[in-house]
Amino acid sequence: MKEAVINISRLTQLRVPRPSRQQAQRALIVLAVILLAWGMFYQVGPDEAGLVQRFGRFVRTGGPGLRVKLPAVETVTKIPVQRQLRQQFGFRSDSNGARLSGDYSVESTMLTGDLNVVVVEWIVQYRIADPYAYLFKVRDADRLFSDMTEAVMRQAVGDRTVTEVVTVGRPDIEATVQQQLQAMVDQYQMGLRVQQVVLQDVNPPPPVKPSWDQVNQAQQQRDRLINEARTEYNKVIPLARGQAEQAILSADAYALDRVNRASGDAARFDEQQAAYRKAPEITRRRLYLETMNRVLPRVGGKVIIDKDAKSVVPLLPLDRLTQALAAGKAGGK
Amino acid sequence: MRRRLLLLALQVAAVVAVIYIIQDGIHYLNEPDQVIITQFGEPVRAPITTPGLYFDLPIIQSENTFDKRALEYQSQPTQVPTKDKRYINVTAFALWRIADPLKFFQRVQDQSGGQARLADILDGEIRSAVARYNLIDLVRTTNRNRQDVAIQTEGESVILQSLEKGRRNLELEVLARASGRAADLGISVLDVRFRRMTYVEDVQKEVYARMIAERQQIAQQFVSEGQGEAARISGERDRDLAKIQSEAYRSAETMRGKADAEATRIYGEANGRDPDFYTFVKSLDIYERSLDANTIMILDSGSDLLKYLGKTK
Repeated sequence: MKEAVINISRLTQLRVPRPSRQQAQRALIVLAVILLAWGMFYQVGPDEAGLVQRFGRFVRTGGPGLRVKLPAVETVTKIPVQRQLRQQFGFRSDSNGARLSGDYSVESTMLTGDLNVVVVEWIVQYRIADPYAYLFKVRDADRLFSDMTEAVMRQAVGDRTVTEVVTVGRPDIEATVQQQLQAMVDQYQMGLRVQQVVLQDVNPPPPVKPSWDQVNQAQQQRDRLINEARTEYNKVIPLARGQAEQAILSADAYALDRVNRASGDAARFDEQQAAYRKAPEITRRRLYLETMNRVLPRVGGKVIIDKDAKSVVPLLPLDRLTQALAAGKAGGK
Repeated sequence: MRRRLLLLALQVAAVVAVIYIIQDGIHYLNEPDQVIITQFGEPVRAPITTPGLYFDLPIIQSENTFDKRALEYQSQPTQVPTKDKRYINVTAFALWRIADPLKFFQRVQDQSGGQARLADILDGEIRSAVARYNLIDLVRTTNRNRQDVAIQTEGESVILQSLEKGRRNLELEVLARASGRAADLGISVLDVRFRRMTYVEDVQKEVYARMIAERQQIAQQFVSEGQGEAARISGERDRDLAKIQSEAYRSAETMRGKADAEATRIYGEANGRDPDFYTFVKSLDIYERSLDANTIMILDSGSDLLKYLGKTK
């Protein structure tokens, strides 16, 4: 103990010359100024707002830039008011948008209005519109917001059939959820603004999925069957129409031909008859003889029988005559 | 030397003690908080709710800080049967606030105690509410018009069943009951919402089986629809074909008939003026056409044509 005391006294003796009182004061002041400056300035990022509390009481909000506050008694909380915040449900992705593995099906599995099950994955984008309310009206607003989003989404899905949710209902659900969520946020005074609700994958549960694909296939099969029938129809009917038109046109052709020929024949007859009337007897003879003149040379066999000869007909070898005729023809050839 | 050191130590201790005592009486209340001052465990003064500096008696008074903000209570998943005996897991959340800090402090001491009591109340109310209604009342909020819903199967028409109560009203019922019981704890329950609802595993399997059956039925319906429509189109094809062909036949034959009639009329008119001459001319015409090289004519020498053959006079 004694030795220690002695040591201390020696040390004091070894010390450099003591600074003057003035020097000490100056050093203290400089130190104090540095400390004050350290606690006086704070920086607010371009997408942030700085909420200043004096003795715990909220006093003001500072925008982006280098800001001043009272040291020691004022504290700052920075809130990213301009940043778009995002929550994911049923899946998680990293900053590049790549999906991370992990089972989040408790978030995404829900009941539909027809008491079926559907798996809905979605994101919600929001912004802190009122940082005061966000910090001081509700504790842990982000967690509460996440729970609210789940509740509202389930309410919307619970009002629709599974088919609606998976197929046509998507935009309707997004709009409904966004609107109801905002209403709820306003009611709870959370200071948030819901910007967008976007549905991602919406599917029937995995064990049921194959049967849904089956429905798609059946739908395609239905369309194919109908298309095939239509094709067959289109193959047959236009052709038949063309053919029908053809038939009508050719009937028309026949009619024209027939009437014109009749008129021609009639005109010819009229002309002949008019001429004939002028000299009936001689014309008649002339016509007859002219015709015979043309016809008789052509006729293959001619047998002349005297008008007085009786019953020669049975003697006529008709068979041989026809044979001779045929032979003459062949020889002529 | 030793005396001086002891004195210095005492002085330092005294200064520290005084500073401690003074600072123990100076506090600041954070914006979202409220505080109750107690003296030996007994609350004194009205609760302080205005944020900022405040003072109390050092050492003998202590401060019990509570949140002034709205707080969230998350329920654990509970397995409950509905009125129609379907087992589901329900998770809910509630928003609550310490409305009467003094009463809250007296009844439950601190926030975690309050949370535990609230859990008892809410879980119980949720259970009994779920058990009082059918599942559909938990899932759906509104009745919807048939026109607004795309329906493919009978099962989907469930959505049109009228609701007894509806999800939101059920939540409000739980809220009303829980509020009454929580008010005694100085708690005001602001809202209750169902967060998640899922079938328990066994029921889920049945539901999946039903969904699969439903889809298969829809698929079958599509196929039949396709076949039916195809048959209809093919029938239409047959009918249209027959119609087109027969109509064309009718028109064509009518036209031909009319033409024939017209021709007949023309011939009749012309030939009728001199039937004898007509017969004569036509007969000549026939001779000319029908008598050819194959014909064998047996002519009587007494006929008009040959009557000059045997005679010279």
